[in-house]
Amino acid sequence: MHLVVLEGDDRLRKISHEAIGAARALGGPVAAVAVGKDARKLAEEASHLGVSQVLTVEGPEVSAYAVRAWVRAVETAVAKSGATLVLFGATSQGKEVAARLAGRLKAGLAADVTAISQDGGALVFRRPIYAGKAFAEVRLISKVGIATLRPNAFSPAAKDAEAAQIEPLAVSFEAKDLDGKATGFEAGSGGQVELTEAEIIVSGGRGLKGPENFHLIEELAKELGAAVGASRAVVDAGWRPHTEQVGQTGKTVSPALYIACGISGAVQHMAGMSSSKLIVAINKDPEAPIFQVADYGVVGDAIEVLPAMTEAVRQLRA
Amino acid sequence: MQTVVLIKQVPDTATRIKIGPDGKDIQRDGLTLVLNPYDEYAVEEALRLREQHGGTVTVMTLGPARADEALRSALAMGADEAVRVDGKPQDALQVGWALAQAIRTLSPDLILCGKQAVDDDQAEVGALVAEFLDLPQATVAVALSVDPAAHSASAKREVEGGLQQLAFSLPAVVTAQKGLNEPRYPSLPGIMKAKRKEIAVLSADLGIEPGLELVRLTPPEARKAGTVLKDLSGADAGAELVRLLHEDAKAI
Ligand SMILES: Cc1cc2nc3c(=O)[nH]c(=O)nc-3n(C[C@H](O)[C@H](O)[C@H](O)COP(=O)(O)OP(=O)(O)OC[C@H]3O[C@@H](n4cnc5c(N)ncnc54)[C@H](O)[C@@H]3O)c2cc1C
Ligand SMILES: Nc1ncnc2c1ncn2[C@@H]1O[C@H](COP(=O)(O)O)[C@@H](O)[C@H]1O
Repeated sequence: MHLVVLEGDDRLRKISHEAIGAARALGGPVAAVAVGKDARKLAEEASHLGVSQVLTVEGPEVSAYAVRAWVRAVETAVAKSGATLVLFGATSQGKEVAARLAGRLKAGLAADVTAISQDGGALVFRRPIYAGKAFAEVRLISKVGIATLRPNAFSPAAKDAEAAQIEPLAVSFEAKDLDGKATGFEAGSGGQVELTEAEIIVSGGRGLKGPENFHLIEELAKELGAAVGASRAVVDAGWRPHTEQVGQTGKTVSPALYIACGISGAVQHMAGMSSSKLIVAINKDPEAPIFQVADYGVVGDAIEVLPAMTEAVRQLRA
Repeated sequence: MQTVVLIKQVPDTATRIKIGPDGKDIQRDGLTLVLNPYDEYAVEEALRLREQHGGTVTVMTLGPARADEALRSALAMGADEAVRVDGKPQDALQVGWALAQAIRTLSPDLILCGKQAVDDDQAEVGALVAEFLDLPQATVAVALSVDPAAHSASAKREVEGGLQQLAFSLPAVVTAQKGLNEPRYPSLPGIMKAKRKEIAVLSADLGIEPGLELVRLTPPEARKAGTVLKDLSGADAGAELVRLLHEDAKAI
């Protein structure tokens, strides 16, 4: 049995659709567990995605996020379902719950996995290391194995005609499980698409010349339904918030399309985006390293090229 | 306040990575090794807390003798004590376990780590240490405030779409994200002092089975040469690029 740990607020996150898709592709029955105040809603959505069972954990202990309460809940779900492989999305929540659960179960954890293959009877998990400059293929050799899956790396699960049964799961929490509860949330800039889950990202670097030109990036992003990214140089300069930074010390992204504008392509930047399916570079300098990874490139001034792109996309959509 | 900072020595982020002949490790000859960038934020935070609340900062690493260099970098920034746990762990479980056992003897009020080591990119050890020591945790922290007298702390952690605020008790494990602070440069007297400082060496307790086995390392797939538009006006290039992305790549 494979167990997928669901994530979402009002709706199931895209990565949870992908995690169910990945679990189903491995064959065998798949269970899912949803924890928190939205557990029922998430379970309802997941129940149509070809799983055999969805467990829900609700109650005052999980009314707000607390990592140890989540670990306790997932630990209980593992015992209940008899799962030998537990899959999470490699989100900030998924990563910390998975890592702590690994300690609890003394389980091997394959982090930030981009592919899973079968080798004989064993599963082999492929994961980028050294920021994508190499890949490690690992096997989980503990009784229960855990993996976190990188967003956009797996195909989402197809809808299934039959709805799975939803079953509330009783969990015995301890007082210490609530030490470290979330007490508030500050929303980041804009209501834009979440960077790590975006299908398309339009990213700007120092070649944009100043924060006043970033509206060109934002306008193209809006027209494409894309998220906005940035290089560290412009984040450090205070032009853009750190939440938009792509790269080794920022976010790791793998969208279907990454458009780098005025970004040189330093190794630390490429570290965060080189697994994008299609890479586009717009840069004045034909020698810029970003062109070495670009599928399409324009040697030119981003400040002129961007508005023309926005206009062309607008016409396409009209 | 007693703080332990876990640090790791890693290849410099700008170095080229080449896989060794056995396919199980990278070629390590001639690699430039540095203190993991996220661990610099952790060390800095510990020093700032010491300035505010007093106490000592102990830096600890699990690694070979060469990792002493990373400890000395942290000492040069201003850490008081350095411990190297000597051993050859096979996976993160063993790293977390051995560090947890070594930390236990120091009973600190706070344990700081980096959010992720930029070699294996696992983002796992902080949470493992917290679990093995049965302590609360705040990972990917961009703000931290502690009240040692009240044994309480709060943090802001980076999550999708914004910052999550957490309240927790001390002792606890906090993992540092960029933005937590601006790490200081080592001072010249700091560097001199760090050179002379004795590093305590413990042997690692690897009393836990590894959960992960490396099959092989592989290089990333090479990307084939792309289509580059040159010598077009900005307007023409923009329109042509969108046409290619739409008709040729079917990406938009
Ligand atoms: C430990 C460490 C971690 C790091 N982590 C990250 C990270 O997470 N993310 C990251 O991005 N960087 C990171 N860096 C920094 C990285 O090394 C680079 O300094 C940074 O990526 C450069 O940003 P940039 O491409 O915007 O600027 P530059 O390198 O200055 O490049 C600007 C580019 O714009 C082009 N240009 C100029 N004018 C125009 C124009 N009008 N139109 C089009 N193109 C134009 C130029 O030809 C140039 O290629 C890290 C560095 C270190 C040491
Ligand atoms: N061998 C080690 N010795 C000391 N600290 C480590 C070691 N490995 C990881 N850490 C700490 O744990 C953090 C996360 O590492 P990782 O889980 O490997 O990505 C690092 O930033 C360090 O603070």
